[in-house]
Amino acid sequence: MAYDKFDVLNSTAVPLPIENIDTDQIIPARFLKATERIGFGDNLFRDWRYNSDNSPKEDFVLNNGTYNGKILVGGKNFGSGSSREHAAWAIYDYGFRCVVSSFFADIFRNNCLNIGVLPVKVSSVFLEKTFSLIEENPTETLTIDLPNQTICIDRTNDLEQFEINPYKKNNMINGFDDIDYLLNIKENIKTFSEGTPL
Amino acid sequence: MKKTLFDKVWDGHIVQQINQGPDVLFIDRHMVHEVTSPVAFLGLKNRNIKVMCPERTFATADHNTPTINQHLPVQDPLSAKQLAALEQNAKKHEISYWGLGHEKNGIVHVVGPEYGITLPGATIVCGDSHTSTHGAFGAIAFGIGTSEVEMVLSTQCILQPKPKKMRITIKDELQKGVTPKDVALFIISKLTTSGATGHFVEYAGDVFTNMTMEGRMTVCNLSIEMGARGGMIAPDEKTFDFIKGREFTPKEMDWDKAMDYWQDLYTDENAEFDKEFFFDGNEIEPMITFGTNPGMGIGISEFIPIAENVEGGNATYQKSLNYMGYNEGETMIGKEIDFVFLGSCTNGRIEDFRAFTEIVKGKKKADSVTAWLVPGSHKVEKAIEEEGLLDILKESGFELREPGCSACLAMNEDKVPMGKYAVSTSNRNFEGRQGPGSRTLLASPIMAAAAAVTGKVTDPRTLIN
Repeated sequence: MAYDKFDVLNSTAVPLPIENIDTDQIIPARFLKATERIGFGDNLFRDWRYNSDNSPKEDFVLNNGTYNGKILVGGKNFGSGSSREHAAWAIYDYGFRCVVSSFFADIFRNNCLNIGVLPVKVSSVFLEKTFSLIEENPTETLTIDLPNQTICIDRTNDLEQFEINPYKKNNMINGFDDIDYLLNIKENIKTFSEGTPL
Repeated sequence: MKKTLFDKVWDGHIVQQINQGPDVLFIDRHMVHEVTSPVAFLGLKNRNIKVMCPERTFATADHNTPTINQHLPVQDPLSAKQLAALEQNAKKHEISYWGLGHEKNGIVHVVGPEYGITLPGATIVCGDSHTSTHGAFGAIAFGIGTSEVEMVLSTQCILQPKPKKMRITIKDELQKGVTPKDVALFIISKLTTSGATGHFVEYAGDVFTNMTMEGRMTVCNLSIEMGARGGMIAPDEKTFDFIKGREFTPKEMDWDKAMDYWQDLYTDENAEFDKEFFFDGNEIEPMITFGTNPGMGIGISEFIPIAENVEGGNATYQKSLNYMGYNEGETMIGKEIDFVFLGSCTNGRIEDFRAFTEIVKGKKKADSVTAWLVPGSHKVEKAIEEEGLLDILKESGFELREPGCSACLAMNEDKVPMGKYAVSTSNRNFEGRQGPGSRTLLASPIMAAAAAVTGKVTDPRTLIN
């Protein structure tokens, strides 16, 4: 599925300094019943965000109005658990284009890259600093520069490089998806499949 | 060059390598279920293409299905619509479809091995993280997202960078009352929930060699819970005996040809791994979790760890204990429980029902406990009846439900209520996993059985005859 190209993103950020945030928290299973990719943002962090009577939990970061922006900053091991791409869809649909953490779970990371959400892995020192600066000053902005693979806290000029596979980087900058690539080599795939033992 | 089991299977499936990019990996078997596939099929529709290899694609309904009255129309309209979508997509693309009520229906990771879809040396994917289960047969099997499901449906390939390699070796024998589930929970408690991220794991050593195929499936199933892409065990005679003669297993000449390939599926001596871990099977106790991720497990005789001794943030740890209603330093033995769930792709096979029945035989279910016994498939359900387990279970006050994922992820009506405690043989104890506000203690089938008859957390070894 096509998505918006990603180049340089400058935005305030939303902090969620909790470790091991699993995809069941990002979007609980009971909201996976759709047959189309629409409206998942409404249920992003559903059970942390709403009480059982659907009233908002005032103290949850997405509800308190202090923080907003296109960047979500999460604790270590973000996106563990279920492979549900709906978690990445919910993050995108809510309006985030980038998740920053010191560690990502593999499947979640792949899912993000496939749908146009940029996972930015930073050092734990940088992550801690980001959390404390944003919490001190919610208007603090970050700049994510994908072509140069850098993340910068604008006011303090703290800057760190991040890694991304060159192929995936090119896809995100141009809004390409993998299926276009694979469809172009379909004849090679057919030839290969004829020689497989199983 | 010396190769690992993983290298041999992976390298043999590379269609081409992208310069500085991922490998184009050919997929032998693609399993599809109702929850993570509809948007992928929609993608095919938008591109106006058909499934490339329908004969390599298998669909079953499991995640979002009721476990009672499966002969009646599904009540929840959204669930019914999702199930109908899979049926229509399977029909349109000529994929074999084992829907609700079909005799071969069951949890995707239970039916795959049952019908010989799962084979050694194969690459297997499914839009479900517990696809790692199939690694028990020496396959490379891993969970994928919906964009990747669309990739495989349309081109039978996936773009993946090759993961790093990890080996976990456990020697010696397991003590009485220690099951494959305990081995897996033990490993995860040592490595943490992210300890194997970026890696594909090979399990080696006597403990795994001695395990049944069902046991190996339980272990490989839980590989994802320490962050691994998947886990695998080299195929041996036990593996070949298990798959021989099953519906989709190669026959005659094809079997011989496959065996030529399978005989070479082992890690060469001196092949290198990026990480290695060694444990002693004797040191493993029956395990139970006390927190909100599968790495938060302890031996039944141990105490809930003190925050300062735990790796990671104190705030996260306290949040987890608060959610569970437990305190540092407590024992798990004697904790009251409300629900017991036996089932899931982790522990929903016949061996698990045999083990559970053995413990509850001649005893009665505690009145305070609601027990959900959910077979992994109709085949398992049938075996439970034929082996006489059902009679024993009924005598002890238990009922059997119909197959499906059920309370493992609580997408259907099988939800543990707010604040209630469930001892579950499933795979995740995340907040709200078994229903909003539910509290999950992961354990083996015999620990679940012990809890079911006593109404509290009990060392199952005290109930073994």
